[in-house]
Amino acid sequence: MSEACTSRELMIYTISRLLKGVRHVAVGQSSPMPAAGAMLLRALNQRDGLEHVQVSILGSVKHNSFTGGAEELFDCAAQGRLDAFFLGGGQIDGRGNVNLVGTGDYPNNPVRWPGSFGSAYLYFLVPRVILFREEHSLRSLVERVDFVSAPGVTDETVYRRGGPHALLTNAALFSFDREAGRFRLESTHPGYGWRDIRGTTGFSYDNEQCEVTTPLPDEATLSLIRGRIREELRECYPQFAGNMPGPG
Amino acid sequence: MTDFVTPREMAEMIPSGCKLGLAPDDYAAAPGLVRMLIDRGIRDLHVVCAPIGGMQVDMLIGAGAVATLETSAVSLGEAGGAPCFSRAVRDGSIRLRDATCPAVFAGLTAAEKGVPFMPIRGIIGSDVLEKRDDWKVTSNPFDDAEKIVVVSAIQPDIALFHAPEADRFGNVRLGRRRETMLLAHASKKAFVTVERISEVSLLDDEKMAAGVLPAIYVSAVAQLEKGGWPTGLYAEYPRDGQEIEKYARAARSPEGFQAYVRGLGSAA
Repeated sequence: MSEACTSRELMIYTISRLLKGVRHVAVGQSSPMPAAGAMLLRALNQRDGLEHVQVSILGSVKHNSFTGGAEELFDCAAQGRLDAFFLGGGQIDGRGNVNLVGTGDYPNNPVRWPGSFGSAYLYFLVPRVILFREEHSLRSLVERVDFVSAPGVTDETVYRRGGPHALLTNAALFSFDREAGRFRLESTHPGYGWRDIRGTTGFSYDNEQCEVTTPLPDEATLSLIRGRIREELRECYPQFAGNMPGPG
Repeated sequence: MTDFVTPREMAEMIPSGCKLGLAPDDYAAAPGLVRMLIDRGIRDLHVVCAPIGGMQVDMLIGAGAVATLETSAVSLGEAGGAPCFSRAVRDGSIRLRDATCPAVFAGLTAAEKGVPFMPIRGIIGSDVLEKRDDWKVTSNPFDDAEKIVVVSAIQPDIALFHAPEADRFGNVRLGRRRETMLLAHASKKAFVTVERISEVSLLDDEKMAAGVLPAIYVSAVAQLEKGGWPTGLYAEYPRDGQEIEKYARAARSPEGFQAYVRGLGSAA
Protein backbone atom coordinates (compact mmCIF):
# COMPACT_ATOMS: atom_id res chain seq x y z
CA MET A 1 0.00 0.00 0.00
CA SER A 2 1.51 3.37 -0.99
CA GLU A 3 1.37 6.56 1.06
CA ALA A 4 -2.18 7.98 1.27
CA CYS A 5 -3.31 10.58 -1.26
CA THR A 6 -2.28 14.05 -0.06
CA SER A 7 -4.51 17.11 -0.14
CA ARG A 8 -2.49 18.52 -3.05
CA GLU A 9 -2.71 15.28 -5.00
CA LEU A 10 -6.48 15.31 -4.56
CA MET A 11 -6.59 18.86 -5.95
CA ILE A 12 -4.37 17.89 -8.90
CA TYR A 13 -6.65 14.95 -9.66
CA THR A 14 -9.77 17.14 -9.29
CA ILE A 15 -8.33 19.68 -11.73
CA SER A 16 -7.82 16.90 -14.28
CA ARG A 17 -11.49 15.93 -13.85
CA LEU A 18 -12.62 19.54 -14.34
CA LEU A 19 -10.63 19.71 -17.57
CA LYS A 20 -12.19 16.61 -19.11
CA GLY A 21 -12.99 17.18 -22.77
CA VAL A 22 -10.76 20.21 -23.39
CA ARG A 23 -8.51 20.28 -26.45
CA HIS A 24 -6.21 23.08 -25.33
CA VAL A 25 -5.51 24.19 -21.78
CA ALA A 26 -3.03 26.89 -20.76
CA VAL A 27 -1.50 27.47 -17.35
CA GLY A 28 -0.11 30.82 -16.16
CA GLN A 29 2.89 31.71 -14.01
CA SER A 30 3.26 30.46 -10.44
CA SER A 31 0.63 27.72 -10.82
CA PRO A 32 2.18 24.33 -10.05
CA MET A 33 -1.04 22.51 -9.18
CA PRO A 34 -3.00 23.65 -12.25
CA ALA A 35 0.04 22.71 -14.33
CA ALA A 36 0.08 19.27 -12.71
CA GLY A 37 -3.66 18.81 -13.27
CA ALA A 38 -3.35 19.69 -16.95
CA MET A 39 -0.36 17.38 -17.36
CA LEU A 40 -2.32 14.61 -15.61
CA LEU A 41 -5.25 14.92 -18.03
CA ARG A 42 -2.82 14.77 -20.94
CA ALA A 43 -1.16 11.64 -19.50
CA LEU A 44 -4.49 9.92 -18.70
CA ASN A 45 -5.89 10.61 -22.16
CA GLN A 46 -2.69 9.32 -23.73
CA ARG A 47 -2.80 6.18 -21.57
CA ASP A 48 -6.45 5.54 -22.39
CA GLY A 49 -6.15 6.29 -26.13
CA LEU A 50 -8.38 9.38 -25.87
CA GLU A 51 -8.10 12.73 -27.65
CA HIS A 52 -4.73 14.51 -27.48
CA VAL A 53 -4.70 17.43 -25.05
CA GLN A 54 -2.55 20.46 -25.93
CA VAL A 55 -1.01 21.78 -22.72
CA SER A 56 0.64 25.21 -22.79
CA ILE A 57 2.60 25.97 -19.62
CA LEU A 58 3.78 29.58 -19.50
CA GLY A 59 7.42 29.78 -18.52
CA SER A 60 8.15 26.27 -19.80
CA VAL A 61 10.41 25.49 -22.74
CA LYS A 62 9.34 21.84 -23.03
CA HIS A 63 5.61 22.15 -22.41
CA ASN A 64 4.85 25.15 -24.57
CA SER A 65 4.72 25.23 -28.36
CA PHE A 66 3.95 28.94 -28.82
CA THR A 67 6.43 30.61 -31.17
CA GLY A 68 4.75 34.02 -31.18
CA GLY A 69 5.89 35.14 -27.73
CA ALA A 70 3.77 35.69 -24.64
CA GLU A 71 1.13 37.53 -26.64
CA GLU A 72 0.25 34.39 -28.61
CA LEU A 73 -1.64 32.97 -25.63
CA PHE A 74 -3.89 36.03 -25.60
CA ASP A 75 -4.42 35.93 -29.35
CA CYS A 76 -5.31 32.23 -29.09
CA ALA A 77 -7.85 33.04 -26.39
CA ALA A 78 -9.42 35.84 -28.44
CA GLN A 79 -9.86 33.49 -31.39
CA GLY A 80 -11.42 30.69 -29.39
CA ARG A 81 -8.38 28.43 -29.67
CA LEU A 82 -8.07 28.04 -25.92
CA ASP A 83 -10.61 26.01 -23.92
CA ALA A 84 -9.44 26.31 -20.34
CA PHE A 85 -7.30 28.48 -18.07
CA PHE A 86 -6.79 29.00 -14.34
CA LEU A 87 -7.01 32.04 -12.12
CA GLY A 88 -5.98 32.26 -8.51
CA GLY A 89 -6.96 35.21 -6.44
CA GLY A 90 -6.05 36.65 -3.10
CA GLN A 91 -9.79 37.21 -2.79
CA ILE A 92 -12.68 35.59 -4.67
CA ASP A 93 -16.24 36.67 -4.02
CA GLY A 94 -19.67 35.10 -4.46
CA ARG A 95 -20.24 36.82 -7.82
CA GLY A 96 -17.09 35.24 -9.20
CA ASN A 97 -15.08 38.47 -9.01
CA VAL A 98 -11.36 37.91 -8.61
CA ASN A 99 -8.88 40.19 -6.80
CA LEU A 100 -5.21 39.69 -7.58
CA VAL A 101 -4.13 43.19 -6.55
CA GLY A 102 -4.48 43.54 -2.78
CA THR A 103 -6.61 44.23 0.29
CA GLY A 104 -7.86 47.64 1.39
CA ASP A 105 -7.85 50.76 -0.73
CA TYR A 106 -5.98 51.10 -4.02
CA PRO A 107 -3.32 52.26 -4.79
CA ASN A 108 -1.64 52.13 -1.35
CA ASN A 109 -2.96 48.69 -0.43
CA PRO A 110 -1.76 47.60 3.03
CA VAL A 111 -1.41 44.08 1.63
CA ARG A 112 -0.33 44.08 -2.01
CA TRP A 113 -0.30 40.95 -4.20
CA PRO A 114 1.60 40.66 -7.51
CA GLY A 115 -1.11 42.07 -9.80
CA SER A 116 -3.84 41.19 -12.26
CA PHE A 117 -1.66 39.40 -14.85
CA GLY A 118 -3.90 38.47 -17.83
CA SER A 119 -7.04 37.91 -15.73
CA ALA A 120 -9.00 41.03 -16.81
CA TYR A 121 -8.89 39.72 -20.38
CA LEU A 122 -8.78 35.91 -20.25
CA TYR A 123 -11.80 35.74 -17.91
CA PHE A 124 -13.91 37.08 -20.81
CA LEU A 125 -12.55 34.84 -23.52
CA VAL A 126 -11.71 31.40 -22.16
CA PRO A 127 -14.81 29.20 -21.87
CA ARG A 128 -13.68 27.21 -18.85
CA VAL A 129 -11.84 29.32 -16.29
CA ILE A 130 -11.11 27.30 -13.17
CA LEU A 131 -10.67 29.37 -10.04
CA PHE A 132 -8.07 27.79 -7.85
CA ARG A 133 -7.29 28.93 -4.34
CA GLU A 134 -5.62 26.51 -1.96
CA GLU A 135 -6.63 28.46 1.15
CA HIS A 136 -10.32 28.06 1.98
CA SER A 137 -10.98 30.80 4.54
CA LEU A 138 -13.09 33.83 5.35
CA ARG A 139 -10.25 36.09 4.24
CA SER A 140 -9.83 34.46 0.79
CA LEU A 141 -13.50 33.72 -0.03
CA VAL A 142 -15.24 36.99 0.69
CA GLU A 143 -18.61 38.67 0.33
CA ARG A 144 -17.17 41.37 -1.91
CA VAL A 145 -13.59 41.70 -3.21
CA ASP A 146 -11.68 44.90 -2.31
CA PHE A 147 -10.50 45.29 -5.93
CA VAL A 148 -11.94 43.71 -9.07
CA SER A 149 -9.07 42.45 -11.20
CA ALA A 150 -11.54 40.51 -13.33
CA PRO A 151 -15.34 40.55 -13.01
CA GLY A 152 -17.28 37.27 -12.78
CA VAL A 153 -20.30 38.45 -14.76
CA THR A 154 -20.88 41.09 -17.44
CA ASP A 155 -23.90 42.62 -19.16
CA GLU A 156 -24.77 41.82 -22.79
CA THR A 157 -23.19 44.98 -24.25
CA VAL A 158 -19.75 43.45 -23.70
CA TYR A 159 -18.38 40.58 -25.77
CA ARG A 160 -17.97 37.61 -23.46
CA ARG A 161 -17.72 33.92 -24.17
CA GLY A 162 -15.69 32.94 -21.12
CA GLY A 163 -15.92 33.07 -17.38
CA PRO A 164 -15.85 31.11 -14.15
CA HIS A 165 -16.49 27.38 -14.47
CA ALA A 166 -15.56 26.06 -11.03
CA LEU A 167 -13.86 27.05 -7.79
CA LEU A 168 -11.50 24.56 -6.20
CA THR A 169 -9.94 24.96 -2.74
CA ASN A 170 -8.17 22.65 -0.32
CA ALA A 171 -11.56 21.89 1.26
CA ALA A 172 -14.25 21.87 -1.43
CA LEU A 173 -15.33 22.10 -5.05
CA PHE A 174 -17.95 24.58 -6.30
CA SER A 175 -19.44 25.03 -9.75
CA PHE A 176 -20.54 28.46 -11.04
CA ASP A 177 -23.91 29.27 -12.56
CA ARG A 178 -23.30 32.14 -14.99
CA GLU A 179 -27.00 32.97 -15.38
CA ALA A 180 -27.52 33.36 -11.64
CA GLY A 181 -23.99 34.63 -11.01
CA ARG A 182 -23.66 32.27 -8.03
CA PHE A 183 -21.55 29.36 -6.87
CA ARG A 184 -22.99 25.95 -6.01
CA LEU A 185 -21.27 23.55 -3.61
CA GLU A 186 -20.57 20.33 -5.54
CA SER A 187 -18.52 18.31 -3.05
CA THR A 188 -16.40 18.55 0.07
CA HIS A 189 -12.97 16.93 0.29
CA PRO A 190 -12.36 14.04 2.70
CA GLY A 191 -12.04 15.41 6.22
CA TYR A 192 -14.43 18.33 5.60
CA GLY A 193 -18.22 18.46 5.98
CA TRP A 194 -20.71 20.97 4.64
CA ARG A 195 -20.78 22.80 7.99
CA ASP A 196 -17.00 23.35 7.79
CA ILE A 197 -17.45 24.88 4.35
CA ARG A 198 -20.32 27.12 5.47
CA GLY A 199 -18.23 28.34 8.39
CA THR A 200 -15.20 29.21 6.29
CA THR A 201 -16.85 30.70 3.19
CA GLY A 202 -17.58 34.42 3.28
CA PHE A 203 -20.24 34.47 0.56
CA SER A 204 -23.60 32.77 0.05
CA TYR A 205 -23.90 29.87 -2.38
CA ASP A 206 -26.37 27.18 -3.40
CA ASN A 207 -26.61 23.57 -2.18
CA GLU A 208 -25.18 24.44 1.24
CA GLN A 209 -25.98 21.10 2.83
CA CYS A 210 -24.06 19.09 0.24
CA GLU A 211 -23.19 15.55 1.38
CA VAL A 212 -21.08 14.55 -1.64
CA THR A 213 -17.42 13.75 -1.01
CA THR A 214 -14.82 14.67 -3.65
CA PRO A 215 -13.62 11.39 -5.20
CA LEU A 216 -10.00 10.29 -4.67
CA PRO A 217 -7.71 9.15 -7.50
CA ASP A 218 -7.24 5.39 -7.92
CA GLU A 219 -3.83 3.75 -7.34
CA ALA A 220 -2.80 3.92 -11.01
CA THR A 221 -3.61 7.63 -11.25
CA LEU A 222 -1.82 8.34 -7.99
CA SER A 223 1.33 6.62 -9.20
CA LEU A 224 1.13 8.60 -12.45
CA ILE A 225 1.06 11.83 -10.39
CA ARG A 226 4.03 10.65 -8.29
CA GLY A 227 6.00 9.48 -11.32
CA ARG A 228 5.55 11.14 -14.70
CA ILE A 229 3.74 14.29 -13.55
CA ARG A 230 6.24 15.01 -10.79
CA GLU A 231 9.07 14.71 -13.32
CA GLU A 232 7.32 16.93 -15.87
CA LEU A 233 6.79 19.60 -13.18
CA ARG A 234 10.48 19.76 -12.26
CA GLU A 235 11.44 22.05 -15.13
CA CYS A 236 9.29 24.99 -14.00
CA TYR A 237 8.53 24.09 -10.39
CA PRO A 238 11.58 22.34 -8.93
CA GLN A 239 10.71 23.23 -5.33
CA PHE A 240 7.10 22.15 -5.60
CA ALA A 241 8.02 18.89 -7.35
CA GLY A 242 10.71 18.21 -4.75
CA ASN A 243 8.11 18.42 -1.96
CA MET A 244 5.71 15.97 -3.62
CA PRO A 245 5.69 12.32 -2.57
CA GLY A 246 7.37 10.05 -5.11
CA PRO A 247 10.32 7.79 -5.77
CA GLY A 248 13.79 9.33 -5.36
CA MET B 1 24.57 51.75 -36.56
CA THR B 2 24.79 49.67 -33.43
CA ASP B 3 27.36 50.74 -30.84
CA PHE B 4 29.38 48.05 -29.14
CA VAL B 5 30.09 49.19 -25.61
CA THR B 6 31.06 47.82 -22.21
CA PRO B 7 28.27 47.10 -19.72
CA ARG B 8 29.41 50.08 -17.59
CA GLU B 9 29.24 52.34 -20.63
CA MET B 10 25.76 51.04 -21.40
CA ALA B 11 24.65 51.82 -17.86
CA GLU B 12 25.88 55.41 -18.35
CA MET B 13 23.90 55.70 -21.60
CA ILE B 14 20.56 55.12 -19.84
CA PRO B 15 19.51 58.48 -18.36
CA SER B 16 17.57 59.12 -15.17
CA GLY B 17 13.95 60.04 -15.88
CA CYS B 18 13.60 57.94 -19.04
CA LYS B 19 10.77 55.55 -19.87
CA LEU B 20 12.48 52.17 -19.62
CA GLY B 21 10.91 49.00 -21.05
CA LEU B 22 11.97 45.74 -19.37
CA ALA B 23 11.42 42.08 -20.26
CA PRO B 24 10.13 39.48 -17.77
CA ASP B 25 12.43 37.46 -15.52
CA ASP B 26 13.52 34.12 -17.01
CA TYR B 27 12.71 35.27 -20.55
CA ALA B 28 15.06 38.14 -21.31
CA ALA B 29 15.53 40.13 -18.09
CA ALA B 30 18.85 41.95 -17.67
CA PRO B 31 19.51 42.05 -13.90
CA GLY B 32 23.27 42.25 -14.53
CA LEU B 33 22.95 45.61 -16.24
CA VAL B 34 20.20 46.71 -13.83
CA ARG B 35 22.64 46.27 -10.92
CA MET B 36 25.00 48.68 -12.69
CA LEU B 37 22.15 51.18 -13.11
CA ILE B 38 21.61 50.95 -9.35
CA ASP B 39 25.37 51.36 -8.71
CA ARG B 40 25.43 54.56 -10.69
CA GLY B 41 22.41 55.94 -8.79
CA ILE B 42 19.83 56.16 -11.58
CA ARG B 43 16.59 57.95 -10.54
CA ASP B 44 13.03 58.86 -11.58
CA LEU B 45 12.52 56.02 -14.05
CA HIS B 46 9.17 55.29 -15.63
CA VAL B 47 9.44 51.51 -15.83
CA VAL B 48 7.24 49.64 -18.31
CA CYS B 49 7.14 45.91 -17.59
CA ALA B 50 6.47 43.97 -20.77
CA PRO B 51 4.20 42.68 -19.38
CA ILE B 52 5.31 41.70 -15.83
CA GLY B 53 8.23 42.37 -13.51
CA GLY B 54 10.29 40.30 -11.11
CA MET B 55 13.56 40.57 -9.26
CA GLN B 56 15.20 43.22 -11.45
CA VAL B 57 12.17 45.50 -11.09
CA ASP B 58 12.00 44.88 -7.34
CA MET B 59 15.68 45.82 -7.05
CA LEU B 60 15.16 49.05 -8.99
CA ILE B 61 12.25 49.95 -6.70
CA GLY B 62 14.26 49.08 -3.59
CA ALA B 63 17.07 51.32 -4.79
CA GLY B 64 14.67 54.25 -5.10
CA ALA B 65 15.18 54.42 -8.87
CA VAL B 66 11.51 54.17 -9.91
CA ALA B 67 9.03 57.07 -10.00
CA THR B 68 6.32 55.36 -12.08
CA LEU B 69 5.68 51.65 -12.53
CA GLU B 70 3.49 50.35 -15.33
CA THR B 71 2.99 46.59 -14.92
CA SER B 72 0.54 43.70 -14.91
CA ALA B 73 2.27 42.12 -11.91
CA VAL B 74 5.50 42.01 -9.91
CA SER B 75 6.43 38.67 -8.39
CA LEU B 76 9.48 36.59 -7.51
CA GLY B 77 7.77 33.40 -8.74
CA GLU B 78 8.43 30.41 -6.47
CA ALA B 79 10.26 32.75 -4.06
CA GLY B 80 6.99 34.59 -3.38
CA GLY B 81 5.97 38.25 -3.35
CA ALA B 82 8.27 41.10 -4.34
CA PRO B 83 9.22 42.76 -1.03
CA CYS B 84 10.43 46.20 -2.20
CA PHE B 85 7.44 46.52 -4.53
CA SER B 86 4.98 45.75 -1.70
CA ARG B 87 6.73 48.23 0.58
CA ALA B 88 6.70 50.98 -2.07
CA VAL B 89 2.97 50.39 -2.70
CA ARG B 90 2.22 50.71 1.02
CA ASP B 91 4.19 53.90 1.55
CA GLY B 92 3.11 55.43 -1.76
CA SER B 93 6.65 56.09 -2.97
CA ILE B 94 5.91 54.94 -6.56
CA ARG B 95 3.16 56.02 -8.91
CA LEU B 96 1.34 52.86 -9.95
CA ARG B 97 -0.22 52.11 -13.31
CA ASP B 98 -1.65 48.65 -12.91
CA ALA B 99 -2.35 46.85 -16.19
CA THR B 100 -3.30 43.46 -17.56
CA CYS B 101 -0.78 41.60 -19.74
CA PRO B 102 -2.53 41.70 -23.13
CA ALA B 103 -3.27 45.44 -22.69
CA VAL B 104 0.47 46.08 -22.35
CA PHE B 105 1.04 44.09 -25.52
CA ALA B 106 -1.77 46.01 -27.25
CA GLY B 107 -0.17 49.33 -26.22
CA LEU B 108 3.23 48.19 -27.47
CA THR B 109 1.66 46.92 -30.71
CA ALA B 110 0.09 50.35 -31.26
CA ALA B 111 3.52 51.96 -30.86
CA GLU B 112 5.06 49.32 -33.15
CA LYS B 113 2.55 50.17 -35.84
CA GLY B 114 2.74 53.91 -35.26
CA VAL B 115 -0.96 54.27 -34.44
CA PRO B 116 -2.29 56.10 -31.34
CA PHE B 117 -4.29 53.27 -29.76
CA MET B 118 -5.35 49.65 -30.07
CA PRO B 119 -8.72 48.02 -29.28
CA ILE B 120 -8.76 45.01 -26.96
CA ARG B 121 -11.37 42.55 -25.69
CA GLY B 122 -12.42 42.10 -22.08
CA ILE B 123 -11.40 44.40 -19.20
CA ILE B 124 -14.80 46.20 -18.91
CA GLY B 125 -16.05 45.91 -15.33
CA SER B 126 -12.54 45.57 -13.96
CA ASP B 127 -11.18 48.11 -11.46
CA VAL B 128 -7.95 48.00 -13.49
CA LEU B 129 -9.82 49.96 -16.16
CA GLU B 130 -11.26 52.40 -13.60
CA LYS B 131 -7.77 53.39 -12.48
CA ARG B 132 -6.35 54.04 -15.96
CA ASP B 133 -6.96 57.44 -17.54
CA ASP B 134 -5.12 56.30 -20.70
CA TRP B 135 -7.58 53.48 -21.39
CA LYS B 136 -11.08 54.25 -22.60
CA VAL B 137 -14.31 52.44 -23.35
CA THR B 138 -15.70 53.20 -26.78
CA SER B 139 -18.24 51.58 -29.04
CA ASN B 140 -17.26 49.32 -31.90
CA PRO B 141 -17.37 51.69 -34.93
CA PHE B 142 -18.82 48.83 -36.98
CA ASP B 143 -21.41 47.78 -34.38
CA ASP B 144 -22.70 50.49 -32.00
CA ALA B 145 -24.26 47.90 -29.68
CA GLU B 146 -20.86 46.61 -28.61
CA LYS B 147 -18.60 48.33 -26.10
CA ILE B 148 -14.87 47.84 -26.42
CA VAL B 149 -11.74 49.08 -24.62
CA VAL B 150 -9.00 51.03 -26.37
CA VAL B 151 -5.56 51.48 -24.83
CA SER B 152 -3.14 54.21 -25.82
CA ALA B 153 0.19 53.41 -27.44
CA ILE B 154 3.13 52.61 -25.16
CA GLN B 155 6.46 53.81 -26.49
CA PRO B 156 9.40 53.36 -24.11
CA ASP B 157 12.43 55.59 -24.67
CA ILE B 158 14.70 52.60 -24.18
CA ALA B 159 14.09 48.85 -24.13
CA LEU B 160 16.68 47.01 -22.04
CA PHE B 161 17.00 43.23 -22.16
CA HIS B 162 19.43 40.33 -22.15
CA ALA B 163 19.73 37.86 -25.03
CA PRO B 164 21.79 34.78 -25.84
CA GLU B 165 23.69 36.23 -28.75
CA ALA B 166 24.36 39.18 -31.03
CA ASP B 167 26.51 39.29 -34.13
CA ARG B 168 29.15 41.95 -34.77
CA PHE B 169 26.69 43.75 -37.05
CA GLY B 170 24.24 44.35 -34.20
CA ASN B 171 21.63 41.70 -35.01
CA VAL B 172 20.32 39.96 -31.89
CA ARG B 173 18.91 36.44 -31.64
CA LEU B 174 15.73 36.25 -29.55
CA GLY B 175 14.33 32.98 -30.86
CA ARG B 176 10.81 32.42 -29.65
CA ARG B 177 10.83 35.38 -27.27
CA ARG B 178 8.78 37.51 -29.57
CA GLU B 179 7.31 39.67 -26.81
CA THR B 180 10.86 40.99 -26.46
CA MET B 181 10.94 41.57 -30.22
CA LEU B 182 7.68 43.54 -29.83
CA LEU B 183 9.17 45.58 -26.98
CA ALA B 184 12.21 46.43 -29.13
CA HIS B 185 10.03 47.35 -32.13
CA ALA B 186 7.86 49.62 -29.97
CA SER B 187 10.71 51.43 -28.21
CA LYS B 188 12.73 54.37 -29.54
CA LYS B 189 15.98 52.51 -28.79
CA ALA B 190 16.95 48.99 -27.72
CA PHE B 191 19.97 48.35 -25.47
CA VAL B 192 20.91 44.69 -25.29
CA THR B 193 23.33 42.72 -23.13
CA VAL B 194 24.33 39.34 -24.57
CA GLU B 195 26.10 36.17 -23.52
CA ARG B 196 28.29 36.07 -26.63
CA ILE B 197 29.00 37.85 -29.91
CA SER B 198 29.09 35.96 -33.19
CA GLU B 199 31.56 36.86 -35.93
CA VAL B 200 29.16 35.62 -38.63
CA SER B 201 25.88 37.32 -39.37
CA LEU B 202 22.89 35.73 -37.60
CA LEU B 203 20.83 36.56 -40.68
CA ASP B 204 22.93 34.26 -42.89
CA ASP B 205 21.17 31.18 -41.52
CA GLU B 206 17.61 31.14 -42.87
CA LYS B 207 16.56 28.70 -40.14
CA MET B 208 17.48 31.27 -37.49
CA ALA B 209 16.68 34.54 -39.22
CA ALA B 210 13.01 34.80 -38.26
CA GLY B 211 14.01 34.77 -34.59
CA VAL B 212 16.54 37.57 -35.02
CA LEU B 213 15.95 41.22 -34.10
CA PRO B 214 17.64 43.16 -36.91
CA ALA B 215 20.27 45.75 -36.05
CA ILE B 216 18.02 48.56 -37.31
CA TYR B 217 16.29 48.49 -33.90
CA VAL B 218 19.40 47.90 -31.80
CA SER B 219 21.20 51.02 -30.56
CA ALA B 220 23.79 49.33 -28.39
CA VAL B 221 25.11 45.88 -27.51
CA ALA B 222 27.30 44.95 -24.54
CA GLN B 223 28.68 41.51 -23.87
CA LEU B 224 27.86 40.47 -20.30
CA GLU B 225 28.15 36.77 -19.58
CA LYS B 226 25.48 35.53 -17.16
CA GLY B 227 23.80 38.93 -17.53
CA GLY B 228 20.47 37.27 -16.82
CA TRP B 229 21.62 35.85 -13.47
CA PRO B 230 20.16 35.17 -10.95
CA THR B 231 16.97 35.08 -13.05
CA GLY B 232 17.03 32.74 -16.03
CA LEU B 233 17.63 33.28 -19.72
CA TYR B 234 15.08 31.54 -21.92
CA ALA B 235 16.34 28.21 -23.32
CA GLU B 236 19.89 28.99 -22.08
CA TYR B 237 19.94 28.69 -18.29
CA PRO B 238 17.29 28.40 -15.56
CA ARG B 239 16.88 30.81 -12.68
CA ASP B 240 19.10 30.38 -9.65
CA GLY B 241 16.28 29.63 -7.22
CA GLN B 242 18.52 29.67 -4.15
CA GLU B 243 19.92 33.10 -4.94
CA ILE B 244 16.43 34.51 -5.52
CA GLU B 245 15.31 33.00 -2.19
CA LYS B 246 18.31 34.67 -0.59
CA TYR B 247 17.28 37.98 -2.14
CA ALA B 248 13.66 37.52 -1.06
CA ARG B 249 14.76 37.00 2.56
CA ALA B 250 17.23 39.87 2.57
CA ALA B 251 14.87 42.37 0.93
CA ARG B 252 12.20 41.93 3.63
CA SER B 253 13.76 44.97 5.31
CA PRO B 254 15.20 48.08 3.63
CA GLU B 255 18.46 47.47 5.51
CA GLY B 256 18.62 43.86 4.30
CA PHE B 257 18.00 45.03 0.75
CA GLN B 258 20.83 47.59 0.96
CA ALA B 259 23.19 44.96 2.36
CA TYR B 260 22.27 42.54 -0.44
CA VAL B 261 22.85 45.09 -3.20
CA ARG B 262 26.14 46.26 -1.65
CA GLY B 263 27.27 42.63 -1.44
CA LEU B 264 26.60 42.15 -5.14
CA GLY B 265 28.42 45.38 -5.93
CA SER B 266 31.62 44.33 -4.22
CA ALA B 267 31.44 40.84 -5.77
CA ALA B 268 31.03 42.18 -9.30
